[in-house]
Amino acid sequence: MKILVCVSNVPDTTAKITFNSDNTQFNTAGVQFILNPYDEIALARAIELIEGGKGSVTIIHVGEINSEPTIRKALALGADDAVRINASARDSYFVSAQIAHYAKDNGFDIILTGRESSDYNGSQIAAMLGEFLDIPSISIIKKLEIEADRATIVREIEGGKEHLTVSFPFVASCAEGVAEPKIPNMRGIMSARTKPLEVVDAIDIAQLITFKAYSVPASRGSVTLLSQDEPEKLIELLHTEAQVI
Amino acid sequence: MSVLVYVENADGKFKKSTFEVVSYAAAIAELLKTELIAISIGNVNQDDLSNLGKYGAKKVLNASTDNLKTFVNQAFASVIADATKKEEATVVVLANSFTGKGLSPRVAVKLKAGLVDAAVELPKTDNNTFTVKRTAFSGKAFATVELNSEIKVIALNPNSYQLKESGSTAKVEDFKPDFKESDFRTMVSEIVRSSDKIALPDAELVVSAGRGMKGPENWAMIEELAKVLGAATACSKPVSDAGWRPHEEHVGQTGIAVSPNLYIAIGISGAIQHLAGVSSSKTIVVINKDPEAPFFKVADYGIVGDAFEVLPKLIEAIKAYKANS
Repeated sequence: MKILVCVSNVPDTTAKITFNSDNTQFNTAGVQFILNPYDEIALARAIELIEGGKGSVTIIHVGEINSEPTIRKALALGADDAVRINASARDSYFVSAQIAHYAKDNGFDIILTGRESSDYNGSQIAAMLGEFLDIPSISIIKKLEIEADRATIVREIEGGKEHLTVSFPFVASCAEGVAEPKIPNMRGIMSARTKPLEVVDAIDIAQLITFKAYSVPASRGSVTLLSQDEPEKLIELLHTEAQVI
Repeated sequence: MSVLVYVENADGKFKKSTFEVVSYAAAIAELLKTELIAISIGNVNQDDLSNLGKYGAKKVLNASTDNLKTFVNQAFASVIADATKKEEATVVVLANSFTGKGLSPRVAVKLKAGLVDAAVELPKTDNNTFTVKRTAFSGKAFATVELNSEIKVIALNPNSYQLKESGSTAKVEDFKPDFKESDFRTMVSEIVRSSDKIALPDAELVVSAGRGMKGPENWAMIEELAKVLGAATACSKPVSDAGWRPHEEHVGQTGIAVSPNLYIAIGISGAIQHLAGVSSSKTIVVINKDPEAPFFKVADYGIVGDAFEVLPKLIEAIKAYKANS
């Protein structure tokens, strides 16, 4: 079983998000970058699935050399090897076209991603990859079990869950519930340094979208504090002032 | 030229989020001086289909062959792309729902179209550009994205656009899509919906609780408050990590982002990761016994008090209010 796990390099979840003076670029100064938390879930499940020599896990990332620490972390968590497509990750269409180009000749049975990246929050890569490769894609899964060459999957839907089956090859994007993220051990960290990390050139892809500007949500007015003995007052305000009930 | 909207159904019924996308797409059609066509896939009755005219659809295409009775991502994407081509649509609108998130990227690739998901506003079309505002950085920011492609795909976040009733009834036409055998490689075996619960992503009212509730055995109060309000229940990350509540309820940066009209946070301190997931709520009420809890800084209304004392009073007061209105 060959598994490909797509990872992205995102600002730490505690990072304060600011932009340059004309609000056209994310200000990365002082921001620590980490392995996308959702991708950690996908990777953790991939590692569990190949336990006992049942296959291999390859990491793929589209990004520049400064994201290599994130790739090494993924290797330290137990992936066998990694590929970095050497280009700035312009948008989801660009990234998935690059990954599809690499994946199409490499015979992966399963391709996993996180449900979304915690920066641009596109939850697009898995389904775009599926389309580029003309294979099934299942977005936002909660459970993944493998038997022979097919998977049983539980997918989240509004107010419930959908159970489905799919045979290899397929793409899925993983959410909480698929696996518990793991912490690398010392042996993993040591061995990650010498695991293969192949760097490949990007292919040309048409640019369909452009990020033009950013803004931060408007701040709220100051809070109206109420005593715990006047819940009727709160209800009155929610009804007449906020008009939400 | 036209605008096409995919109208998602749940067990054959349209929900509010579907009427939102139709209203939104109708406004885009008006902006582009063209008409709105809807595509429905699966089993929806004729009255519900023609009723979409009320929200601005001129025509509804109904793809309801037997193999489309249950959701198959690839096949549904093929149907939507096929309808786009046949109707010569230049803008395709979907809901950014769980299902929409799986469909819109496939539709975009099929049509070589730029995609903006998590959209929160109508597009702007100044100086021959077409830009859409979307959420980014897990609710900590917004991004304005320009679509440069001939066909544009937009997935609209739930609770981001007001329903607008304008038209009357739409004419309904059978639609026979082109798809391949290979579009049907996934098989749905079972759909389980908890019928007594309101789905969190679409909810207009949300009652959310954190570690301040001390343990899962105390959630009856939270559920009762949600029930009397008609709200969905949610929780903070430590609560779902501890297994007190299911992961589906986890709101915040690594859980889900919500944008209800009312978000009531009980016993949640307000870590930056949690705030990211709720920042687009219209009104936030915070109940916490710690007056220094960071959540009060982003709240509209606050009660400094012990949840175990406040909640029973609040529940009684809401019951009284509901009984009188």
